[in-house]
Amino acid sequence: MISQFFILSSKGDPLIYKDFRGDSGGRDVAELFYRKLTGLPGDESPVVMHHHGRHFIHIRHSGLYLVVTTSENVSPFSLLELLSRLATLLGDYCGSLGEGTISRNVALVYELLDEVLDYGYVQTTSTEMLRNFIQTEAVVSKPFSLFDLSSVGLFGAETQQSKVAPSSAASRPVLSSRSDQSQKNEVFLDVVERLSVLIASNGSLLKVDVQGEIRLKSFLPSGSGEASAEMRIGLTEEFCVGKSELRGYGPGIRVDEVSFHSSVNLDEFESHRILRLQPPQGELTVMRYQLSDDLPSPLPFRLFPSVQWDRGSGRLQVYLKLRCDLLSKSQALNVRLHLPLPRGVVSLSQELSSPEQKAELAEGALRWDLPRVQGGSQLSGLFQMDVPGPPGPPSHGLSTSASPLGLGPASLSFELPRHTCSGLQVRFLRLAFRPCGNANPHKWVRHLSHSDAYVIRI
Amino acid sequence: MPYLGSEDVVKELKKALCNPHIQADRLRYRNVIQRVIRMSKLDQWGQAEVLNFLLRYQPRSEEELFDILNLLDSFLKSSSPGVVMGATKLFLILAKMFPHVQTDVLVRVKGPLLAACSSESRELCFVALCHVRQILHSLPGHFSSHYKKFFCSYSEPHYIKLQKVEVLCELVNDENVQQVLEELRGYCTDVSADFAQAAIFAIGAEKREQRGDKKSLGDCCQVSPTKILHCRCAATKRVPHIWLPCGIARTYTDQCVQILTELLGLRQEHITTVVVQTFRDLVWLCPQCTEAVCQALPGCEENIQDSEGKQALIWLLGVHGERIPNAPYVLEDFVENVKSETFPAVKMELLTALLRLFLSRPAECQDMLGRLLYYCIEEEKDMAVRDRGLFYYRLLLVGIDEVKRILCSPKSDPTLGLLEDPAERPVNSWASDFNTLVPVYGKAHWATISKCQGAERCDPELPKTSSFAASGPLIPEENKERVQELPDSGALMLVPNRQLTADYFEKTWLSLKVAHQQVLPWRGEFHPDTLQMALQVVNIQTIAMSRAGSRPWKAYLSAQDDTGCLFLTELLLEPGNSEMQISVKQNEARTETLNSFISVLETVIGTIEEIKS
Repeated sequence: MISQFFILSSKGDPLIYKDFRGDSGGRDVAELFYRKLTGLPGDESPVVMHHHGRHFIHIRHSGLYLVVTTSENVSPFSLLELLSRLATLLGDYCGSLGEGTISRNVALVYELLDEVLDYGYVQTTSTEMLRNFIQTEAVVSKPFSLFDLSSVGLFGAETQQSKVAPSSAASRPVLSSRSDQSQKNEVFLDVVERLSVLIASNGSLLKVDVQGEIRLKSFLPSGSGEASAEMRIGLTEEFCVGKSELRGYGPGIRVDEVSFHSSVNLDEFESHRILRLQPPQGELTVMRYQLSDDLPSPLPFRLFPSVQWDRGSGRLQVYLKLRCDLLSKSQALNVRLHLPLPRGVVSLSQELSSPEQKAELAEGALRWDLPRVQGGSQLSGLFQMDVPGPPGPPSHGLSTSASPLGLGPASLSFELPRHTCSGLQVRFLRLAFRPCGNANPHKWVRHLSHSDAYVIRI
Repeated sequence: MPYLGSEDVVKELKKALCNPHIQADRLRYRNVIQRVIRMSKLDQWGQAEVLNFLLRYQPRSEEELFDILNLLDSFLKSSSPGVVMGATKLFLILAKMFPHVQTDVLVRVKGPLLAACSSESRELCFVALCHVRQILHSLPGHFSSHYKKFFCSYSEPHYIKLQKVEVLCELVNDENVQQVLEELRGYCTDVSADFAQAAIFAIGAEKREQRGDKKSLGDCCQVSPTKILHCRCAATKRVPHIWLPCGIARTYTDQCVQILTELLGLRQEHITTVVVQTFRDLVWLCPQCTEAVCQALPGCEENIQDSEGKQALIWLLGVHGERIPNAPYVLEDFVENVKSETFPAVKMELLTALLRLFLSRPAECQDMLGRLLYYCIEEEKDMAVRDRGLFYYRLLLVGIDEVKRILCSPKSDPTLGLLEDPAERPVNSWASDFNTLVPVYGKAHWATISKCQGAERCDPELPKTSSFAASGPLIPEENKERVQELPDSGALMLVPNRQLTADYFEKTWLSLKVAHQQVLPWRGEFHPDTLQMALQVVNIQTIAMSRAGSRPWKAYLSAQDDTGCLFLTELLLEPGNSEMQISVKQNEARTETLNSFISVLETVIGTIEEIKS
């Protein structure tokens, strides 16, 4: 089972180190891991590494390395799952996962690890269950603002500095994130979809793949003893699973495969598309689904490139027209187009259709930033570049209009708030009535699509 | 903190499975397991652990087996990949006698695996890809309809892209070959030169890091055909998969050659050199594409600067020079510039190639061959090159017939790739490795890891069997029984990891007398790999082995015990004969160790015989 667990910062500094079984070397293991990781040849995978009878398995999460070592031939799936679960847990308890929060909450992290793993075996990873055993409060840093500054020194109260200062286990933090948030009584439900698309150079669609999940983050106080409130999540009624099923009128919202978290009660799913669950505190992935090839709505973006290349003079002209096919009331944010260019491109002259856009050369590629694109709009950019290098003899049979080597494929990254590509919506989110409940909890539902790989060949 | 949730179950199960008394009492044992299976209140970690424990349970009847499978069915639908994979492994192992059940399970696990392959977590994605490749080895068409899921995206890290390219190459079939090749061609012009080269190699037939072995192998074949057998096996042992078990270039040679030829048109150095190296391997493995390759070659010498690429080009020009009109002139350029050439390997290759070309086109080559030989003998500082030059010079003095006899080796060997191409490995051969680290490391890497782990763990006082126990899960299922069956070999203790070179083996073999000869009954076909693996388990090394199915079939084995006594063995299967002849030679005559060695050998061979029947 697991021999050691440690967390390294992105620079390789050990932040957390815990030995569960005492069966293998000391702290220098962390250093050894980092050395191995950085010395790895490019075509070898760093996920699982081996050194003297010890396997290192790690994930990267928000810039940190979470590593376990084991000397047995264990299931890699379970271990990776455990690592990402640990990352979520640490996020739950410390507010967010990052180098700063970890080093501020060292004691809490060790306490958590003590409870989650015993002698290298997993005991529980449920936030709810662990709550009963965790005593240390999390230290959170508030963003520094002038408003807070006004209270400095007044009435001898604690200053902002003491709140931010890293605390050791002995000095209890002023502010407990958990108690504070639990009073806020909030539930967040996110429908997040990742879209990966491949479009051929002639505009035909080669691949569409949507990976979606419904994530729940609950800050509801869970009363100890009594059962926590039941939550009902209503999905779009036309939602159907698999190719054959058909519901409602007109084109339904179809996904290929769905999997639910084990705590979800599916009694009403068949009839009314309602998911029932008792939300534990913290983060939980309620449902995962996938959809490929058959998208109900048009793709959010179409790119119409035209490339002119004069091989003789090395002048390359790229005209890009980007059309956003969303509904006119929705918009895409943080759109960035990334177009790899031939080697050695130097000068870039650009003509962009609106002033808020920006384009520049970075790492051998063209980067075109469009902070905001309204649905239904069309944007264009004309880029001219010089491609130096050996002019080469006139090519045999190759037409001069062929695009030069290394140009494209273009890839887009973007976010689509309030939009799901599959069309799945959360109809309602209802919490059962609680007699002792103080205030009606705030419920937040967000829909979001973002690009995973949106590639257009040129 | 006490165990939460899963405490009782895991404890009870552990007790049941570890306690010999409970194990002996079948009824109690069964009850425990039934109860455990019905426990649905476990969290995912508990479930994974229970599934892992259940691997040790052997159902007594078919009825019970299907009972268990039905009870466990819901785990295959779990949302946790760890549980799904654990359940899959258990199903594969329990249903080892029912191939259709196994296939069915693999179909059902397709969804979760594909989901993991496109998961947000890179690490999970990588591990899932490794398992996909494992499944593809047995069921080549399993993921063919989902090939689009394995297209690379530009933001993925290098190691995932490489895995995906290999998966793509393995799942190619008649329907998707067009799209897959189109996609692969896109990768060949990737901005990252490394990835581009890897993609080109993938379109060809070999794996990049193993180029070195391959080359030396080719050399061996040319120098002394009698040694082919030895060299091949020696190389095989270092890297069990010399060639990627990838049929893309073999089956769709024309399309692949066409794509590679188009790539040459780009005139990029890093692409041309790799394409030419791929061509070299292609003509060696698939002689039918020689014509197309020869037509593509002219002109590409301008874009090759590195040693590997030059060697490949020169080799091609030498071996197939009679079909390439301008071959002598290209080689002449190399001869002109030989003084400024920095790599001795290129010079050696040039000598051989020119001499070969001289045989087919003497008029054009005679002059420059003279110049090159003169240079190599008189001016060259590298001794190996100089010796090679002298060797060829003396060879030429003997007469042209002798030169022909030595240099005109076969120009291709299509069977060579097939040797390593495990047509379709049965699911049972890897079921016990599923959901472990083995597919993630790769079988070859894992073998070296477990070997050095075994060496570390093996204390001198402990008998050999304890190291087997320690590395228990590492030994594949079928070997396990065998290990238990092995008689405690008493005084004999074979030393692991004792590699003899083929040369040394040959010398020793010839100098010794046969100490023992025996004949064992033997029927029908078998897989040499299995035998080799089985022998490895008992620390008998395979020095050389014929291809499966060839007659007569021979294998040479060596082993050494802790006192340093060597056992050299020849296995011989005569055509038409239904028995295997074993001859053992020993460098120190000691009958008692010899007898125990032979009994070990008999047991292994007997077990293999049982398995195949």
